[in-house]
Amino acid sequence: MVATLLRLRFLVLRNSLKRSTWQLVAVIIGAVYGLGVVGVAVIGLVALSFAPQELAATVIVLAGSAVVLGWIVVPLIAAGVDQTLDPARLAQFPLPMPKLLVGLTLAGVLGVPGVITSIASLATVGSWIRYPVAAAAAVVCAALAVLTCVVGSRMVAALSVSLQSQRRFREISSILIFIPLILLGPIIIGVSQSVRNSADALPQVARALGWTPLGAAWSVPADLAAGDVGAAALKFIIALATLALLVFLWRRSLAAALVSPHAAASKRVARGKIGLFGVFPATPAGAVAARCLTYWRRDPRYARQLIVVPLIPVLLAFYSNNMHSFTLLTLAGPLVAFLLSLATLADISYDGTAFAAHLADGVRGRDDRLGRVAALAVIAVPVVLALTLITVAIAGAWHELPLILGLAFGALLSGFGLTSVSSARIIIPVPAAGDNPFKSAPGAGFTTALSSFATWGILILLVLPEIVLTVVGYVTGSLLVGWIGLVVGLVLGTVIAIAGIRIGGRQLDRSGPQLLSRLKTLRGA
Amino acid sequence: MTSGLPVAALELRGLSKRFGDKVAVENLSLTVPTGSFYGLVGPNGAGKTTTLSMATGLLQPDAGQSIIHGVDMWQHPLEAKQLVGNLSDGVKLFDRLTGEQLVTYNGLLFGMSRDTVAERVADLLKLLDLESAAGTLVVDYSAGMTKKIALACALVHAPKLLVLDEPFESVDPVSAANIRDMLTDYVRGGGTVIVSSHVMDLVQRMCDHVAVVSAGRVLAAGTVDEVRGEASLEDRFVELVGGRHHTEGPSWLRHS
Repeated sequence: MVATLLRLRFLVLRNSLKRSTWQLVAVIIGAVYGLGVVGVAVIGLVALSFAPQELAATVIVLAGSAVVLGWIVVPLIAAGVDQTLDPARLAQFPLPMPKLLVGLTLAGVLGVPGVITSIASLATVGSWIRYPVAAAAAVVCAALAVLTCVVGSRMVAALSVSLQSQRRFREISSILIFIPLILLGPIIIGVSQSVRNSADALPQVARALGWTPLGAAWSVPADLAAGDVGAAALKFIIALATLALLVFLWRRSLAAALVSPHAAASKRVARGKIGLFGVFPATPAGAVAARCLTYWRRDPRYARQLIVVPLIPVLLAFYSNNMHSFTLLTLAGPLVAFLLSLATLADISYDGTAFAAHLADGVRGRDDRLGRVAALAVIAVPVVLALTLITVAIAGAWHELPLILGLAFGALLSGFGLTSVSSARIIIPVPAAGDNPFKSAPGAGFTTALSSFATWGILILLVLPEIVLTVVGYVTGSLLVGWIGLVVGLVLGTVIAIAGIRIGGRQLDRSGPQLLSRLKTLRGA
Repeated sequence: MTSGLPVAALELRGLSKRFGDKVAVENLSLTVPTGSFYGLVGPNGAGKTTTLSMATGLLQPDAGQSIIHGVDMWQHPLEAKQLVGNLSDGVKLFDRLTGEQLVTYNGLLFGMSRDTVAERVADLLKLLDLESAAGTLVVDYSAGMTKKIALACALVHAPKLLVLDEPFESVDPVSAANIRDMLTDYVRGGGTVIVSSHVMDLVQRMCDHVAVVSAGRVLAAGTVDEVRGEASLEDRFVELVGGRHHTEGPSWLRHS
């Protein structure tokens, strides 16, 4: 039974690799990268055997605790990292619980991250090679630590299944969790600064972690090497108890998950409440705008694009602060305008085959384009205006306001025109509605990156006059150039927007059926 | 028209479509008379969905014409589409809208006024027993309810021709009977319906015309009585399409 589960796991891996060459390439690159990491880790850990006991203990306990924490946190961030042996799919088979637990654990250990962690853990034996007793204990403790990692991550995954069966929670959490990832740069700088300031405290931190479930297993050999057998025994018991508790919790939540795989929580409103459809003009274009705006609110794949709105100003404020200049901060408006206007560069891909409704209902391409632009404008125009005004106010650079407004709205309007054309041509694989919006759809990586970069490049070309005027304005400080920039931005932007809607509309009238055929070939669209 | 014959509701002339090496539909011609209740039957992969997609402007044919009440779908798509109500199989709906919003959306896309849309949406939701689910997101609907709301979307602009691809799949018997009554009534009122289905029995009882399609060609077409002759439609279908084999199941599946 256990062997069957393991075979299934590798069979799925092999078949998914066979399906796509690019995925194979990605796995090979990942494996090379992983091998590099393992190599460095092993060399480093063995080298630690020449270091003083105190230093080796600190490094191993800190790094080991971080690894355990990582294993437990990852399933929270990336829903469905490894779905090959999703318990919900195994629910229909009469598998005895103990065998299921053993099979899932082994499958976890034998995955790429599991193997890397195992090798690195075993390398701690090398660190303690000068203390035979500690080295022997390190073998047992390495196994214990790896099992803690795997079981811990499986437990968290099983626990979060029950939460994630509520669609709303799943959708919101997958977005919120992304914010710290984007802010990783500032966070790392902040943390490393404080670490530098308090390097003396690290051994104490490591000693404290050694008594917690995260670091106990790593700390046992260190204590044995230092000759403190009592502490080692206690910590070994803590590590064992941790694993036992994790297995117990996992078993319980897995049992619960198996009997109630998915419970859909449904949201409902009263009859007659048609929301935005009652607000926008009762025309095809108005209906498209109302539908798109409803999706901006309800579909996390759209909402995800709005993350840039708070993040860009925060990032720019951080770097402005480092550079002691507010110039960077005042670019928040134009930058957000640039990014937001391109949010819909492959809008029809997000519709999926539901786009068939536009085709069957005889919607003119022009109305389709206009509606999508209007929905985006309802969100983007106030946001960009407010951001520009606020950042200019903070910087106290009111004389630069016309220039920056010109650049911001030039970029936004040109972007509207550009995406009106691009989304009538580009179909890229996107995650299906309701999936984790950060999950990359199969085969998406290369084509998506290519079309995004091409579109970005074209938009920069379209906004070039405004960019040049902005640079001239900054250099000369001339208010006149600023006003010229504002007029050029608005006029040129409007012209490009209208032209884009016209061209894109004609394009869509011609290519609608082909677009639908291509959408149908994408999985999950 | 000069001959005094009524214009066909749907006329397919020499439709062809290939996907790579595979020929899905080959030189298919079919005339659906105005006011008929037309069944399109065929085995899996016969090209029914492909044919109906080309007829309704969702899939560009390699060759051939689709003419709806005298309007060529691929020459004048906007005019032709106003005449057709379409329920297609294998496409999603904008399922983050509530049922009521979805039907309203389709009505507005056809350029109807807000009041007309609101009135018809109310009628359709009542007719299809979807009133209690009007405010629920379509993504939370069951398969049968999803079919029904898609049918409402196809009907909202009062089309002259209804093209329904597998309309009864996963619809419960009561709703199916209601839908059938409604379609019969629609035909009696001068509309034309073409449905594709696997269920021969249903087609025999419900439709007055039938076409049997296999491997992208029409094997037989005409009134139901013409096509089935003395036999039942199901027997005739098996005879035309072939592929039936008389075997008993494996012995281990028999428990007594």
